[in-house]
Amino acid sequence: MSSAPAIIELREVVKRYAGGQLALDRVSFSLARGEMAFLTGHSGAGKSTLLKLIALIERPSRGQVIINRRNLSSISAAGIPRYRQGLGLIFQDYSLLYDRSVFDNAAMPLLLRGMRPTDIARRVDAALDTVGLLRYRDKLPVTLSGGEQQRVGIARAVVGRPYLLLADEPTGNLDPTLSAEIMRLFARLNEGGTSVLIATHDLNLISSLPYRQIVLEHGHMATAEAS
Amino acid sequence: MNQPHPNRPPPASPGRAARRDRGRPWLGARLGQQHKRDFLDSLMRLYAKPLGSLLTAAVIGITLALPAGLWVALKNVDAVSLGWQGSLQASLFLRDTVTPEAGRALTRRISQRDGVTRTRYISRDEALAEFRELSGFGDALDIVADNPLPATIVVQPDTALGPMKIDAMLRSLAALPEVDRAQMDQAWLNRLYAMLDVLRRAVFIIALLLGLAVLFIVGNTIRLDIENRREEIRILRLLGATDGFIRRPFLYAGFWYGLAGGVLAWLLLVVALLALGGPVRHLAGLYDSGFVLSGLGFTGSMALLGCGIVLGWLGSALTVSRRLSAIQPR
Repeated sequence: MSSAPAIIELREVVKRYAGGQLALDRVSFSLARGEMAFLTGHSGAGKSTLLKLIALIERPSRGQVIINRRNLSSISAAGIPRYRQGLGLIFQDYSLLYDRSVFDNAAMPLLLRGMRPTDIARRVDAALDTVGLLRYRDKLPVTLSGGEQQRVGIARAVVGRPYLLLADEPTGNLDPTLSAEIMRLFARLNEGGTSVLIATHDLNLISSLPYRQIVLEHGHMATAEAS
Repeated sequence: MNQPHPNRPPPASPGRAARRDRGRPWLGARLGQQHKRDFLDSLMRLYAKPLGSLLTAAVIGITLALPAGLWVALKNVDAVSLGWQGSLQASLFLRDTVTPEAGRALTRRISQRDGVTRTRYISRDEALAEFRELSGFGDALDIVADNPLPATIVVQPDTALGPMKIDAMLRSLAALPEVDRAQMDQAWLNRLYAMLDVLRRAVFIIALLLGLAVLFIVGNTIRLDIENRREEIRILRLLGATDGFIRRPFLYAGFWYGLAGGVLAWLLLVVALLALGGPVRHLAGLYDSGFVLSGLGFTGSMALLGCGIVLGWLGSALTVSRRLSAIQPR
């Protein structure tokens, strides 16, 4: 494991849902600052639960989740919005706002932070340029292909310059060519210094990529191997 | 895009100056800017579905117009009855033993009293002639040999004295030895005032109930609005939107509904008053009165719009705070 200070650190995390289902059982791992890694495992292995714990959508039943040196148990419900503004979240279903333009979608995180409109425009255009969608800035998301919609989602995630990008099956709805393109985009963002954790079950896609895989099996950690 | 430095401090904890540099205006300007945007955005949203918005506004408008219309009606009845106060008078029926000369002398004495604006002496013969003329029973009176009507002094008190003093004065007049019986004609006016008090209270209660109805109408519309935008709210929460940020557009929608409802109610009243104006003028003419219908006036109009806005905002706020917390990312 890296010696750099961890951006994500899980210590003996247990998550048992209200129904009694044990989603995560004593899971420990860390992601170094500036590292990119894949979180893999079969569906139901606990990948989504783990991401939900990091995004504070769920709270652990036991154990510690420490993000960017901050123990998440110290964040109250009122502090969650502020905390989430520091993350960049990317979803399998893109989760775009379909009644707003590409620009407005990508601008949302900056709007939430109350940035000035002129600064917003500058940063959103830069983010859309990074994902190659600047020419679509005034279009509605429905007029774009799936791959393009996901790139809007990525632009929205990186526009606020988050210290951590979390992606939940970002290529789940995309064909292999588009998926590879999205992965290259993540790699490029990681080279820029952003820490990235991508949950995926698409082993074919990532087998050739030089990033660590964190494997979950039925809520347990399997071997965390560097490839 | 700028290359973020790997060890850049997290955005949650930069210094104030650094925050300024990164394009974050001070809190007041930020809120002002967000409010301005949400204010107009919410209006555009209503404009985007004009029929539904208009229907909601119309229901609110009619609901507001009803109590406002009743209030205007009361105000007008008040104005009319104030005019009737001039006709407040007492009739002093004199004993038959009082000669016309003594009666006239008494009338002069009474007219010099404080608080008496006018007096009129009606002798027995005049009373008979008047009755003959007005009642149409003239022929019947011929059968009665003796004149059955008493002489009368009609006293009109100064209405500025107020009901209490007028009452006391008329009582003292009734106690005069020459007076057989006194009839105070203001009893019916007092009854009218009492009736108006009841009506005023009734209008107040109706206004309260209909105000409550407006709260429910706006609340229900906003509730549906929230349901339709459930997914959007979920996404905004994931992106780190605060409750205030999510709540604001709905509060402004409530504001617009209320304002539109108030304007519609105002228009309804104006049209109704225009429609009633002609017939009322005709009726007033028949009573020899120059009475004209008065409308809401500036203060009343502003109060109507203000009520609409407050009720719209409140109806939305009551719904939003309950509903939004239930929508969380899964």
